[in-house]
Amino acid sequence: MALRPEQAKALFEMVLGTRDQEMTCDECMAEIAEFVEVQLTGKPLSDAIQAVHEHLERCHDCSDEYDVLRQALEALAEEEGR
Amino acid sequence: MHAPRENAIWIRDLRACGPVQAEALTDLRGLLLRGLAKSFQARGALDQAFVEDVVQQALVHILDHLDQFQGRSRFTTWAMAITVRLALSALRRTRWQDVSLESMSAAIEDAPAWDRDDTTSPAQHAEQHAMVETLRRLIDEALTDKQWMALTAELGGMPLEEIARRMGSNVNAVYKLLHDARQRLKHGLEMAGYTAEDVRSAFA
Repeated sequence: MALRPEQAKALFEMVLGTRDQEMTCDECMAEIAEFVEVQLTGKPLSDAIQAVHEHLERCHDCSDEYDVLRQALEALAEEEGR
Repeated sequence: MHAPRENAIWIRDLRACGPVQAEALTDLRGLLLRGLAKSFQARGALDQAFVEDVVQQALVHILDHLDQFQGRSRFTTWAMAITVRLALSALRRTRWQDVSLESMSAAIEDAPAWDRDDTTSPAQHAEQHAMVETLRRLIDEALTDKQWMALTAELGGMPLEEIARRMGSNVNAVYKLLHDARQRLKHGLEMAGYTAEDVRSAFA
């Protein structure tokens, strides 16, 4: 194994950022609609929703889905506001 | 122009038959098409035929899973989340269709050792090597071949969904496999005396 420095750094960060209890992708997606609405309205995060935030920081796939969902909802809200 | 439906009205109308359901489906289809098209347009990746195909799949999925809507968000947000997930899943499948797990592992296992560059001091380079050696030992001792293969694929950017597909598994199971691998390596690094701060300092 000969990790490049940036790969080694990424792997170390993935490993050292591990928590004992982590939300899975399916659990995150079950909460994502509520989470994005909370984010868009600027309300404080409840503990349950905070776990979604933590998962999104770790998971590129779910984070990508959140970004696209948020963009879609923002576009629709803008359309409604016109 | 109709007033926006409340959640209960969406569910009632989509469960209805005939023109009531048809009208609700038309409204929902239009909303999902506009939302998805605009978000993809913002990313510079709009393919109208693809968007229409995904929305059609999403409508079928939504109708089949109405009982799973728990009412903790607007119905349309829930429906859009399903649509986005289907869209990105299809894009990932296309993007990664020709990449195997073995090629992801080989890219790391067969890479040549890196030389010190001008921005790294000899001491820092030695520290980096010591850390990577420790990590390599821990990987050999603590991880299964399956965990290492999944970890290298994730490190290379392969989506979990695609890793799962190649392993004949599902995203949840792969996430748990990777979580267990990360926990084992974290425990080993902590036992070896390394902290997150040490890593940030060595690879700064």
